[in-house]
Amino acid sequence: MWHTYLISAFKTNPLATRGVCILPTAVVSFLPWQTSLNQKTDKVRLEMEHKDKSMIIDGRALRFTEGETILEVARRNHIDIPTLCHLKGATPTGACRVCVVEVEGARTLMTSCTVPATAGMVVHSESPEVIRSRRMTIELMLTSGRHDDCLVCPSSGDCRLQDLAFRYKVKGATFTPSGVKYPMEAANPFILRDFSKCILCGRCVQACNEVQVNEAIDFGYRGAEAKIVTKGDRALKDSDCVFCGECVQACPVAALVPKNARLVPRMSETRAVKTTCSYCGVGCQMNLHVKNNRVWHVTGCEEVAPNHGSLCVKGRYGFDFIASEHRLTTPLIKENGAFREASWDEALDLTARRFKEIAGAHADAVGVLTSARVTNEENYIAQKFARTVLKTNNIDHCARL
Amino acid sequence: MSKARMQLMLCSGTGCHATGSKRFHEALDAELNRQGLTDEIKIVETGCNGFCAVGPVMLVQPEGIFYQKLTAEDVPELVEEHFLKGRPVPRLFFKEHMSKEKIPHIDDIPFFSNQVYRAMRNKGAIDPEVIDEYIARDGYFGAAKALNEMSSEEIIDEMLTSGLRGRGGAGFPTGLKWKFAHSSKGAEKYVLCNADEGDPGAFMDRSILESDPHVILEGMTIAAKAINATKGYIYCRTEYQLAIRRLEIAIAQAKEYGLLGTNILGSGFDFDIEIYQGAGAFVCGEETALMRSIEGKRGMPRPRPPFPAYKGLWDKPTILNNVESFANVPQIILKGGEWYASIGTEKSKGTKVFALSGDINNIGLVEVPMGLPIRTLIYDIGGGIPNKRKFKAVQLGGPSGGCVPEQHLDTLIDYEEIAKVGAIMGSGGAIVMDDRTCMVDMARFFMDFIQDESCGKCTPCREGTRRILEILERICDGKGEAADLKSLEDLCEVTSNSSLCGLGQTAANPVLSTMRFFMDEYKAHIFEKRCPAKTCQALLKFTVDAEKCKKCGLCFKACPADAIVWKKKEVAFIDTTKCIQCMSCYDKCPFDAID
Ligand SMILES: Cc1cc2nc3c(=O)[nH]c(=O)nc-3n(C[C@H](O)[C@H](O)[C@H](O)COP(=O)(O)O)c2cc1C
Ligand code: SF4
Ligand code: SF4
Ligand code: SF4
Ligand code: SF4
Ligand code: SF4
Ligand code: SF4
Ligand code: FES
Ligand code: FES
Repeated sequence: MWHTYLISAFKTNPLATRGVCILPTAVVSFLPWQTSLNQKTDKVRLEMEHKDKSMIIDGRALRFTEGETILEVARRNHIDIPTLCHLKGATPTGACRVCVVEVEGARTLMTSCTVPATAGMVVHSESPEVIRSRRMTIELMLTSGRHDDCLVCPSSGDCRLQDLAFRYKVKGATFTPSGVKYPMEAANPFILRDFSKCILCGRCVQACNEVQVNEAIDFGYRGAEAKIVTKGDRALKDSDCVFCGECVQACPVAALVPKNARLVPRMSETRAVKTTCSYCGVGCQMNLHVKNNRVWHVTGCEEVAPNHGSLCVKGRYGFDFIASEHRLTTPLIKENGAFREASWDEALDLTARRFKEIAGAHADAVGVLTSARVTNEENYIAQKFARTVLKTNNIDHCARL
Repeated sequence: MSKARMQLMLCSGTGCHATGSKRFHEALDAELNRQGLTDEIKIVETGCNGFCAVGPVMLVQPEGIFYQKLTAEDVPELVEEHFLKGRPVPRLFFKEHMSKEKIPHIDDIPFFSNQVYRAMRNKGAIDPEVIDEYIARDGYFGAAKALNEMSSEEIIDEMLTSGLRGRGGAGFPTGLKWKFAHSSKGAEKYVLCNADEGDPGAFMDRSILESDPHVILEGMTIAAKAINATKGYIYCRTEYQLAIRRLEIAIAQAKEYGLLGTNILGSGFDFDIEIYQGAGAFVCGEETALMRSIEGKRGMPRPRPPFPAYKGLWDKPTILNNVESFANVPQIILKGGEWYASIGTEKSKGTKVFALSGDINNIGLVEVPMGLPIRTLIYDIGGGIPNKRKFKAVQLGGPSGGCVPEQHLDTLIDYEEIAKVGAIMGSGGAIVMDDRTCMVDMARFFMDFIQDESCGKCTPCREGTRRILEILERICDGKGEAADLKSLEDLCEVTSNSSLCGLGQTAANPVLSTMRFFMDEYKAHIFEKRCPAKTCQALLKFTVDAEKCKKCGLCFKACPADAIVWKKKEVAFIDTTKCIQCMSCYDKCPFDAID
């Protein structure tokens, strides 16, 4: 009986959603291990009072833990404060000013991504003042550079600026677009830099410097001349860039896109298929973005180990072989010095027969070499096959060669 | 010290250097030598005296005779008449602007007599390159007291009692800042001095550094003891080479005397100071950008909190104070917070240094007690507006500040009072404007500066200031529209309200304040396509008022473009197709007939 109450208490207790176990006193009192738990609860409660405090966002009293930002508290409670420059896992920079909220008693609006929650803080996340500021900020971004061509923009449908414009009904018509200031850079096989789309949110800088720690790019120049630059403002190919594409994945608009982005289906037209990268043993988790049975883009799966969204140049850009004409599509059998096409059945039969003949006679006459490019599971199967089917311990791996 | 009967305090500040103090010095040296007077009469090279407008200047002590606009040619007469015969030379006295009266004595010159020297108490009184002269004027006595007789808490209490507020612009109570940093945990802490002085037209900090570098070292040492720091940096703009040289000399001398370095004055306290030369970006004066810059990174502000008192330079607890703030510290410690707080208003204590510039007679550096009416600053100390023109407004706080118009001239110099009229105390820039200044153009000028200096990091500042400037340019160009006023207002509010750092948050102030007091000028530009102050070239259309024209023809002679049709005894006429808007006729007409 009491445990159903307990479960419902858990469901209604806002703290339960945070995985914090606080039992209502009424329940606690008839639990069998009452005394010890009572003491424990008191202790937790004491700690909570010490560590957890509460604040008010949009009229809701919400608890927070020391160090949480307003944004984190809001998100945890399904209050949708829009962000643009905020990059998970990197130091908040407070650059875009989209996430501003009204904090009672503060002189100016505050960026929720940078300001820590404090006890008794009263926050309005969508007050008229906030909306006015967000609309102006979005308007200013939309009229910086060129965003009047969403229709032919590779990021359309997958663009945070576009989403914000829709959410706040901003058209980018108040000011004359400032146009193209720096020419596009396409002098490398992987990344297209279109500065006229750049809203200088700095996510790429955070991604490169704090996530990948490649330190290839940073803010350069001042004021309206500002630009994301490599050291000495050289082309990416002449810089410290290793083309990992972390910045491309972080870019919320079309300022950093894959080289061929204008020629292939847009991200928003594709379907994501989650898989494991087949290039190396790290086993990065990735999304293949597929349309018409063809892979057009690859992105890292965020929030899963081991890569948490990051990929390297091979995993992210090395996929044209999938649709290559030169790729083998059927097994080939070599007869009299020449290959001929064969069916899978025929090829497998032949292989099995020859294994039996050779390994059956002298087990150690065969050896199995596996690869760093296959998954752990596949490597496991290969060694199992070698030892139990072929009955040999001649099993090795390319990395030892 | 010297037993000379006479000391010639010759200003060798940057301003007087520019007007020829060096040549005068050489001539004076030679003449004293020739006459064999070098033992009796000593020349002391001082830092900026403050009255740069009439430089090169020299004060003859102990008499207190003040000479202005000196040239090498004046030397023989000065030596012969004054130094030998004891008859001061009236020709070189200060001349009162209005009465034309010649005033020999420094204490009788209104420019000086209305001032109270605290931060600048040693200006013009000591040789900044000689530590003994600083010590002779109670120098390092404050540090000695703080280090040997006071606890950190006592120092902080004294600072709180003094009511000293940051002189770098924001006016945050200095004692409170120190208290936060003191209570902040950390084995390593830093004391920084902000000598970036990026506000165009301001030179308060440079003057203090040039004329009294030791006071900064002493102030910083006291601050270090208060928060328990062992290392300090002076962030000084590279352009201030003379200031940097004097600071270097001062640091070396202080170390030699055991007033800096390890075990200062035998107190067991260690503190060292290094100079960091900034490349002169306005935004590097902002505290977080300044710290990044010292760390060797791009000077870009970061969001606060965390505040530098908890996480500053290299993420260690840090305090940053302005030059003038530090210059007040030694005297506060020596004489007590009560003494400091004895002048000023309820919430603004002590004195404030201003750099008077623009359309004002006595351009220069002045230190005035808080609570003085701005009118006294402009008319008594500043000597009023030149050429009998009318005062229009004074811009306080430079590009981050606002203007105070005629009707608010009786506002007192006080952080809150000035803020009430939409300006800020700022770091002390005071640019005076006469009735020939177009306020829209003035706002445009500052916005141009700001949008260039924006670091480019945050959207409202980078893009907002660009759009504000665009609109102001359009208005000055005669292409303004009614909708521009609303756009300006929106843009100004959002940049003020949503920018990341102080630069963006204050960027719109000049626009907001001119819109508040001079809306009629904005409207004249937009709706009548007219610039009332006759500044905006595109809006100038000159015509002759036939009623006022006395047919003198002076305009005709002045016109370089043959645009004026005039015959003897006839009213002049301006051919607007030929007119190049040079304003010569407008300036020349003695009857104000041209408009
Ligand atoms: C854009 C910007 C520029 C600034 N420039 C200066 C400067 O040149 N000198 C200065 O002392 N303070 C400057 N400040 C103020 C400093 O950030 C800081 O508040 C001050 O140095 C603190 O010292 P105080 O408390 O003694 O005034 C600037 C602030 C901003 C936002
Ligand atoms: S980047 Fe976004 S807002 Fe800009 S043109 Fe492309 S889709 Fe539109
Ligand atoms: S591709 Fe990688 S290394 Fe190159 S700039 Fe982007 S994040 Fe940095
Ligand atoms: S390139 Fe993209 S991520 Fe980088 S600053 Fe510009 S918009 Fe932001
Ligand atoms: S993305 Fe790069 S690092 Fe990750 S598994 Fe593939 S090849 Fe390895
Ligand atoms: S307000 Fe201006 S100067 Fe300050 S961080 Fe933003 S862009 Fe840079
Ligand atoms: S403004 Fe200059 S060019 Fe025009 S009429 Fe007067 S003097 Fe001539
Ligand atoms: S998301 Fe907070 S400032 Fe950009
Ligand atoms: S430099 Fe001589 S008075 Fe300022």
